[in-house]
Parts: sequence; C-alpha cells; structure tokens
Amino acid sequence: MVDILFYVFAAVAIGSALGVVMGRTPVGSLLFMVATLASLAGVYVLLEAHFIAAVQIIVYAGAIMVLFLFVIMLLNLGHEYRRDLQGGVAAVLSFIVVGVLAGLLSRQFRGEGALDVISAPGGQAIDAALIEHGAVGAIGQSLFTDYVVPFEITGVLLLVAIVGALVLAKRRVP
Amino acid sequence: MITPAMVLSAILFVVGTFGVLVRRNAIIMFLCIELQLNAVNLAFVALSRIWGIDGQVFVFFVMTVAAAEAAVGLAIIISIFRHYETVNVDNFNLLKW
Repeated sequence: MVDILFYVFAAVAIGSALGVVMGRTPVGSLLFMVATLASLAGVYVLLEAHFIAAVQIIVYAGAIMVLFLFVIMLLNLGHEYRRDLQGGVAAVLSFIVVGVLAGLLSRQFRGEGALDVISAPGGQAIDAALIEHGAVGAIGQSLFTDYVVPFEITGVLLLVAIVGALVLAKRRVP
Repeated sequence: MITPAMVLSAILFVVGTFGVLVRRNAIIMFLCIELQLNAVNLAFVALSRIWGIDGQVFVFFVMTVAAAEAAVGLAIIISIFRHYETVNVDNFNLLKW
C-alpha cells in the first residue's frame, strides 16, 4: 500500500515537474509547481517526516508560491513562448550537460541494496523520538539544542531578506 | 523506500537543471531553481532515515533560505522589469562579453 502510494506521488511529482519546465505561461508553470510540492509533501509523509510535510504545504505551497503568483500578476507578462526557449548551440549544450548529469546520477544508484524505511538504523531513533516528543517536538529538540546558533542566524537572514527585498523593489523617489 | 526516494530526488534535480538551462524567462528559471532545492530536500529527508533527525533540521534551514532567496530574487526581477520592460534573460546583456 505504502509502495503504491509512493509510486503514485512520484509519478505526479515527475509529471508536474516536466509541466513546470514545459509550461507555456508562467502561471501554468506555477500551478504545476504547486502540484509538485504537494506530491513531495505526500512523499515526506510516507518517509515519516510529518512536520516537514506540513511545513512544505504551509510555507512552500502556501507562502512562497503565492509570492511568485503576486509577482507574475504584477509584471503583466506577454505570451512569447517561442522566444522563451534557448536556441542553437546553447540548447545542444544544455542537452549534453543534462545527459551527463543524469548518467552520473544513475550510475550512483546502480546495485544499491534495498533499504527499508522501518528497519534503517536512523529510522528507529527517529521513530522513538516521534513517540516520545511528537512530530514537532522531535525536530524542536534538535533545533533548540544542537542547532540553536544556526537557528538564530536564520532569524537575522530573514530580517536582512525583508529589508533587502523592500529596498530593491521600492520605486525610486526622484 | 529510501533508494526509490533518492532516485526520485535525482530525477527532479535533473529536470530542474534542464529547466534552468533551456528556459529564458527569468521567473520560470527561478521556479526551476526551487525545483532543484526541493529535490535536495527530498534527498535530505530520505537520508534522515539512515543518519537520524539532523537531515530534517537541515531541510528546515533549506526552506528558510529558499524563502529569503525567493523574496530577494523576485524583488530583483521586479526592479529589472521596471528598467527593461521584459523578464527575458537574453535582454540583460550588459555584463556579457
């Protein structure tokens, strides 16, 4: 059952990722991207990462994609699909780069032993933490002890991003 | 299911790279970069089943950085669009040799 669900989610994710790349309009690409994010959230649930799945839906599909949608609608782009694709030497180079990358990645997975979600060594520790602290507590335990300095720096990063976005997008006063 | 998840992550990363290389609309290139970030996130979550919860903490940080990057990047796109009236990256050739 879990395997079937995984393959359904994987098929939807790959199909809508191709939709993002091939989409004719930016809004269409964006909606395909939301589908990709939602099916990846399903995969996260199957991998027992419930908090990450919830954050994926709320932050990624809910906040970041809406920001993209606002910008697309703000810019009022034309439909110039023909000019949107890379042509000539650049297209051939792109295909070569992607082919080499795909070949290297597929070599990496050849002859891999089957690893089970339940019996994997780190999985048992995670499941114990999930039972003890719950989905949020399991991450929060690690986030506020081992990773507390990166967590605080993340706050500074977000502040800088807000100020930077405001300064960049603000209309210049003559 | 860890190995299939890693394969899915690799496929999504390659698709994202293809999009960045082939499209010339700045917003769609940006979406494809987000696709690559998501592929890496999936690899982190899958490997957290082997190495422990640290992988999921890193996914949390990657999402934060992605949000900051999206805000600043879209602001840059808006300000470029005001200047050139287009988001096609072929028109931004001031620094091209």
